[in-house]
Amino acid sequence: MPEFRVENRIHDKAEAMPRSELNALQLHRLKEVVARVAEVPFYKAAFARDGITPDAIRTLDDIRRLPFTTKEDLRQNYPLGLLAVPREKLARIHGSSGTTGKLTLVAYTAEDRATWANLCARFLVGGGLQPSHLAHVAFGYGLFTGGFGLHYGIERVGAAVLPAASGNTARQIMLLQDLAPDAIICTPSYALNIADYARRQGIDPRAFALKYGHFGGEMWTEDMRTQIESELNIIAFNNYGLSEVIGPGVSGECAVQNGMHVQEDHFIVECLDPVTMEPVDDYTYGELVFTTLTKQAMPLIRYRTRDIAALDPCPCACGRTTVRMSRVKGRSDDMLIIRGVNLFPSQIEEALLQVEGTTPHYLIEVSRPGTLDEITVKVEVSQESFSDKMSDMQRLHDAIDRRIQAITGIHARVELVAPQTIERSAGKALRVIDHRKLTG
Amino acid sequence: MKIHQLSMFLENKPGRLSEPCKALADAGINILTLSLADTQQFGILRLIVRDWEQAKQVLEKAGSVVNVTEVVATEVEDRPGGLASILEIIDAAGINIEYMYAFTFRSEDRAVLVFRFDDPDAAVKVLQAKSINVIGPVELYGRAKA
Repeated sequence: MPEFRVENRIHDKAEAMPRSELNALQLHRLKEVVARVAEVPFYKAAFARDGITPDAIRTLDDIRRLPFTTKEDLRQNYPLGLLAVPREKLARIHGSSGTTGKLTLVAYTAEDRATWANLCARFLVGGGLQPSHLAHVAFGYGLFTGGFGLHYGIERVGAAVLPAASGNTARQIMLLQDLAPDAIICTPSYALNIADYARRQGIDPRAFALKYGHFGGEMWTEDMRTQIESELNIIAFNNYGLSEVIGPGVSGECAVQNGMHVQEDHFIVECLDPVTMEPVDDYTYGELVFTTLTKQAMPLIRYRTRDIAALDPCPCACGRTTVRMSRVKGRSDDMLIIRGVNLFPSQIEEALLQVEGTTPHYLIEVSRPGTLDEITVKVEVSQESFSDKMSDMQRLHDAIDRRIQAITGIHARVELVAPQTIERSAGKALRVIDHRKLTG
Repeated sequence: MKIHQLSMFLENKPGRLSEPCKALADAGINILTLSLADTQQFGILRLIVRDWEQAKQVLEKAGSVVNVTEVVATEVEDRPGGLASILEIIDAAGINIEYMYAFTFRSEDRAVLVFRFDDPDAAVKVLQAKSINVIGPVELYGRAKA
């Protein structure tokens, strides 16, 4: 465990507003945003279709009457069809390629940018940032919101920024050694990459002056957090955001590190069953849907993130009153339903990671030979996992089998396959083949 | 005194065994002996060849994951009770056999037994103390050539 401790601090008193006050503020702002988007052609058409009038919102629950917005809607309205302000009012444009498909653009007014800076400052302060600190930002700066969002947040706190940007790992390590920053900000996988690179150069990454780090921009696991904390000797904080909603700053962990506080005075979050679109219970996984309450340039109503997480409304020991979201554990577009149980490829990945220490190449095949769904997980044997002893191989097979069952609650047929037999793809790895679709 | 054994993972599907054998054949490498352990799903092929380092490279180039393990080769008379007498010695010493296989050379009346032990050095000591002929690589490959 790192020796550094993060004190509980709250940047903005709005984070600890009494719930009743917060709900009243949300309702007020929800009415405002519905009025603001009513003249955006996309929403004008959607509201007309669903019979939504300006007085449709009387309580917060009325949000469920509003139409959803999807990534596809943003694509259809490329480049800036969803603007709710004249183009002259814009201060910034960012974009996201997403994991598939074409670029989508998002826009900010000067006020939006100030809001964004404040939201990033909130989670940075919650996770240790102080005005005297130097924060090393190893996120990409560009259309991607990660670099700029965190940069503004650090400036807002009054701390010093080292905008190292992403890439050139040798130089990152030189800066970490020579400037001794207190914090590092990047994707979790890049943090591990830096540690690994340093070790291969004979440099001990635990000897950097780093005390803590803020990680986001991709899905990661608790195992990865443990690994980052031990390899860099830091406390690792999780934060969440997506460009469509505002970028980083949608939610982030506090010193308690038990879920990410959603910035509810600026966003309404819903957690819905991705199939029925009905709300799921608290602490139950569902798709997160966000409505932006204060954004001026491009407000979005009920934006479907496709991210699967659970919400925890319990008051947090830190004093913030906002709901906390769990780690994102999957994407609803990747979700499989096996005999009525939701299964995410990321759960299989987690199981394999726990058994092998690394994630081997794998493939999930789903079929329905009779009336019941069957799932087969093919796992490539590697130099590390292969043994000439049948008992070792059987043990490996059984360990994977049990781990998958423990994590997913589903019994999968585990098949060990020869190395290099699962197809590699240049882009996003193909992890699932659903044969059920073929037989209809 | 120990012999290098190559082992590799094979899926239990038609043609999977011929792939590594073909790769070795193309490289002009002769297989001294082999053993195959299999389940419904997969198998483990174990090979003894003279040029094991070259063979490992050939097999890896052909896409296999190859492990090298040290095994112990002994010989017994090719007659009823030959194997049993050696097993008695091993059992008495409390040594566990992971697996074993046997083969004979042409026109000889003796069989070669290949044993995989967790601790091959300890096993060699026990066998030699009981005057069992443990065959080293030089002798083994030399006899294969004759």
